Amino acid sequence: MGEYILLALSCILINNILLAQYLGNCPFLGTSKKMETAVGMAMAVVFVLVLAGVITWVVDAYMLKKFGLEYLRTIAFILVIASLVQFVEMFLKKSIPALYAGLGIFLPLITTNCAVMGVCLININEEYTFMQALVASFSYASGFGLALILFAGVRERILLARVPKPLQDTSIGLITAGILSLAFLAFKGMV
Amino acid sequence: MAKSIAQEFVKGLWDEVPPFRLVLGLCPTLAVTKTVENGIGMGMATTFVLVCSNILISALRKVIPSKVRIAAFIIVIATFVTVVELLMQAFVYPLFLKLGIFIPLIVVNCILLGRAEAFASKNAIMPSLADGMGIGIGYTIALASLGAVRELFGAGTLTIWEKSIPIMGAAFEPFKFMVEAPGAFICLGLMLCFMNIVGKK
Repeated sequence: MGEYILLALSCILINNILLAQYLGNCPFLGTSKKMETAVGMAMAVVFVLVLAGVITWVVDAYMLKKFGLEYLRTIAFILVIASLVQFVEMFLKKSIPALYAGLGIFLPLITTNCAVMGVCLININEEYTFMQALVASFSYASGFGLALILFAGVRERILLARVPKPLQDTSIGLITAGILSLAFLAFKGMV
Repeated sequence: MAKSIAQEFVKGLWDEVPPFRLVLGLCPTLAVTKTVENGIGMGMATTFVLVCSNILISALRKVIPSKVRIAAFIIVIATFVTVVELLMQAFVYPLFLKLGIFIPLIVVNCILLGRAEAFASKNAIMPSLADGMGIGIGYTIALASLGAVRELFGAGTLTIWEKSIPIMGAAFEPFKFMVEAPGAFICLGLMLCFMNIVGKK
């Protein structure tokens, strides 16, 4: 059990997917202007990522490795992720239309969110067992949500500040993300 | 279709440089630019995939039904990414190891899907080729310049073709912050600011 807690902590804080591994930065900057969209995006990513992590692990272990088809990994994984995202999109459209409208263009873009694909590949590269892959996927996704929501909070404050013209919008966003990433760098000393 | 092929090519070099102007494809931009060499390698791999997928998607644009177009584009892109992956393993293995997970991740680079959707699926083969080349080369230059800045301040060297050339001299104390994650974010933020200042004139 202790092993899983350690893995979870290291995935959420030390190797935070956004701020230490640089994955998933497009939605990070795109949906963080409003707290509402940030929360929606975070939830969608948690949902998709856990499912994708588990399914791709099973596909890799029982289909690709079994038949020696590892070179098809990229194509197989992206297909799994794309169909999952389609499913989440249909689900949100039907049951939570307000959230669907808020996420707009970024929902189909989860397909091209490198955090999702990245975590699936990390799970395979690190040779995690099924349970480890499940814990790691969930923790990475929570880390994504944590960083995104923290960042959205900071960004809502920036709207009120007077920022020099050339620095506005994405530029100041990236610099803020850098400072947030500096804070997460401190967790490296924890383990 | 007033734009000529040359114009389609040139716009990728300045007006629509992906990471700076369109703010797309940021993940590899931040992750692999610890050295100039990695930046160039990543840029070239992306360019290859971008050009090939643009050509194929443009050639198939009348065949692909619009309802399943995104899935079809992704399959085309994933195929070329696999080609690049295998080629790099065969010919430039050290670079492949350094770029690691980011080579398969070209498949989820928003630039590729963005160009397929916004350009290649609506235009003929030649303009699509020019568009892919322009955006790809612009991306490579952007990655290389970000890599150069970060490596110069972070390590005091510039690495080209496996050779580290010391630039700063022996007394230079490397500014390690620049090669860490926060340095990447802040450096890119400042470069965006610089592009904004230059672009406004």
